[in-house]
Amino acid sequence: MSGAADLLRIEGLTKAFPGVVANDDVSFAVPAGRIHALLGENGAGKSTLVKMIYGLVAPDKGRMQLHGRDFAPTSPHEARSSGVAMVFQHFSLFDALDVAENVALGMETPPSQRQLARRIREVSEAYGLPLDPTRLVGELSAGERQRVEIVRCLLQDPQLLIMDEPTSVLTPQEVEILFSTLRKLAAEGTAILYISHKLEEIRALCDSATILRQGQVVATCTPSEKSARELAELMVGATLHTPSREPQEGGEVVLRIHDLSMRSANPFGTALKDIDFELRAGEVLGIGGVAGNGQDELLAALSGEARVAAEAVTLKGRPVGQMGPTARRALGLLAAPEERLGHAAAPDMSLTENAVLTGTVREGLTRHGFLDWGKARGFAEQVIERFDVRTPGPGQAARSLSGGNLQKFVIGREILQRPEVLVVNQPTWGVDASAAAAIRQALLDLAANGTAVVVISQDLDELMEISDRFAALNEGRLAAPRPAKGLGIEEIGLMMGGAHDLDTAARAAE
Amino acid sequence: MIALVRRPAPSRLWTVLTPPLAVLATMVAGGLMFAALGKDPVLAIRTIFWDPLFGEFAFYYRGQLLVKAAPLILIAIGLSLGFRAGIWNIGAEGQYILGAITGGAVGLAFYPLDSWIVFPLMVVAGAFGGFLWAMIPALLKVKFRTNEILVSLLLVYVAEQLLAYMALGPLKNPEGQGFPGSRNLSQYDAAANNELIAGSGMHWGVVAAFIAVIAAYVLLNRHLTGYHIRLTGQAPRAARFAGVNPNLLTIFCLGTSGALAGLAGLFEVAGPAGQISIDFNVGYGFTAIIVAFLGRLHPVGILLAGLLMALTYIGGEAAQSQLGLPAAAIQAFQGMLLFFLLAVDMLTNYRLRFGRAQVA
Repeated sequence: MSGAADLLRIEGLTKAFPGVVANDDVSFAVPAGRIHALLGENGAGKSTLVKMIYGLVAPDKGRMQLHGRDFAPTSPHEARSSGVAMVFQHFSLFDALDVAENVALGMETPPSQRQLARRIREVSEAYGLPLDPTRLVGELSAGERQRVEIVRCLLQDPQLLIMDEPTSVLTPQEVEILFSTLRKLAAEGTAILYISHKLEEIRALCDSATILRQGQVVATCTPSEKSARELAELMVGATLHTPSREPQEGGEVVLRIHDLSMRSANPFGTALKDIDFELRAGEVLGIGGVAGNGQDELLAALSGEARVAAEAVTLKGRPVGQMGPTARRALGLLAAPEERLGHAAAPDMSLTENAVLTGTVREGLTRHGFLDWGKARGFAEQVIERFDVRTPGPGQAARSLSGGNLQKFVIGREILQRPEVLVVNQPTWGVDASAAAAIRQALLDLAANGTAVVVISQDLDELMEISDRFAALNEGRLAAPRPAKGLGIEEIGLMMGGAHDLDTAARAAE
Repeated sequence: MIALVRRPAPSRLWTVLTPPLAVLATMVAGGLMFAALGKDPVLAIRTIFWDPLFGEFAFYYRGQLLVKAAPLILIAIGLSLGFRAGIWNIGAEGQYILGAITGGAVGLAFYPLDSWIVFPLMVVAGAFGGFLWAMIPALLKVKFRTNEILVSLLLVYVAEQLLAYMALGPLKNPEGQGFPGSRNLSQYDAAANNELIAGSGMHWGVVAAFIAVIAAYVLLNRHLTGYHIRLTGQAPRAARFAGVNPNLLTIFCLGTSGALAGLAGLFEVAGPAGQISIDFNVGYGFTAIIVAFLGRLHPVGILLAGLLMALTYIGGEAAQSQLGLPAAAIQAFQGMLLFFLLAVDMLTNYRLRFGRAQVA
């Protein structure tokens, strides 16, 4: 590790928040032209670390150097002008504006729309990320939206590009395109800081890795020389067990979806078209598909947030399509939406209050309309304990929890209510390896006890690991479910219909 | 350089501390304004804040404090329920007027019957009148997605026209020698909302205000409906997921605030105001919006804020008559209070960072 060639050098960086030390004496270096991984569980301090590099958080102690010069950005603006760019896990794009307008919004002095559109075309083609500057962002797939974010960064000619969990919304084919783009950028001398918990990806892509655990650097290694299991165990600090289950005998049909069609409540959403499937007790149905193909709408139609024709959804022979969420819950149809903050949980409410959110009917948390806070607290404590939610207590606000911990709480809250049918959307999105394994195992245990489970996810490895049958959502239509055993990942990728512009993309990337 | 940094969680200390700080800032800025008007600022502030409570004539002012605070609190409690859920009833003034008209009309219809039943019937009718008036924006919102802010506000002006028509027409005192306004309800014993203890200012409206404070506290903290109100305001999507019916909630919140405003109108018209006249209303319905926010939409906070606002009214009037301050200056002073409260409110969710961030 020679000091001169390092583009970014971090020494002894420490940041404490009330109650936690997010980063404790963290040091590492990224040379120009290298792809460096930042690996760690949720809450290990990866986000805080990159926020310091990007000027969103000021460190308490320690030193950062960019090109051998001291670097202490006080704002993202300052970081950007020093050549640091970042693609966030959550996109900050406006659906109603076109691509070029969205890009212009992030610029200090945007050129004319014509010039900008030309630049966007040039850059996107040069890096194999085909993008039409005149299309509305609302019409783009998640993968294409990410391209907008990446192109927006590339227009600044960054020397350091930070990518936060970039592949969670991509199909396998899109991941390959992204990787070739990143490799090309690295070959041109850009340093890339790549945050992920997908170990196989890191092994395939990254030249070096820094592994964080509880705010401290526990290892620095070359990922291709380690197995995924070794990396995961370094990250978690314990041995991992993969979820396992006994093969299931299919029970009686508990949920039947018949000719389910529904318009989306969101003007840029996807309408559901003639969806048909049956689900048996004890079965896990995996529903794959690229984001924005009707996943949110399907969950809403099943949870009761959206009303549909009464006969479109039948639960144990009983039509429930016209019922709201509370009535469906009473009958045993429970759901956990994708968006944790603001949908599955109220950010500023305590965990106890969030336990009340879905638990009133089945847990008997009210008497004559009056809430039994003692009982609600007990229920919240039970979820926290059974699902290993790391938090000081049920009085904590939901938004103070890390993503993985809140996800464990949200899923655990539904599982503990002993559902007949549980529908989950993206159960492990943005969740670290050990928490994800725990959530998957919990879903499998639930199925083993006779609950029918629908898992909507964009993580194919996850779907293959836990599904009995697999179906793909594509533009609001659901392909007929097929047994998951024996399906190849390539085949599934094509089932998901993520292949529309891949040929051009692959050609441009070469 | 001063920067605002978002707190990880709202600061409890600042939630409690911001209202007194806002009052203090209002005193300073208001004092400067009074000085600019050529008045002694210390004397003016003393006349507004100190004399009504502890001055020579405090025995009179203290009663007035309750008389003025009660309708403000009663209305503000109702409004706060909707505001917590993101349902904005701006037309409490209209509902207040309607409550006075319907409640007062029931009393007048029974004149001169002397029975204990008259007053309770008036109370029910007053609440119902306010409720009905609030149902107009509520049902329009539910059925046609109209904006309740505009509809409820514009209905205030309709209510004012209706009040003028009633005071000059159907409800005019037949023995009033042609003067506008109804019979004096406070002189009709069966319908009068007189002081329960002479000289205390304590009338049925004050009792109702206290009951409303307690009921709202219980509703918000112990009842599922109150939980749904808070949930809807904080995370509307989560509320729908929890099973809250937004239409029912709209009707509940607007209906409750309308009924409470109507009650306040009835208590006012049967007591302190005495009769239905063209201009018996003095803007309590609008001031209550300030009271609701000054009290942070919390029942106990609203109780205190209502008393504080009543104090600035009484003290303001005293300052007008004793020091010759223009009425506009007093209104500006009250406006400052709201402005500072909202400005200082930032500190609950953000903290100030001075100077450049240092990397040691």
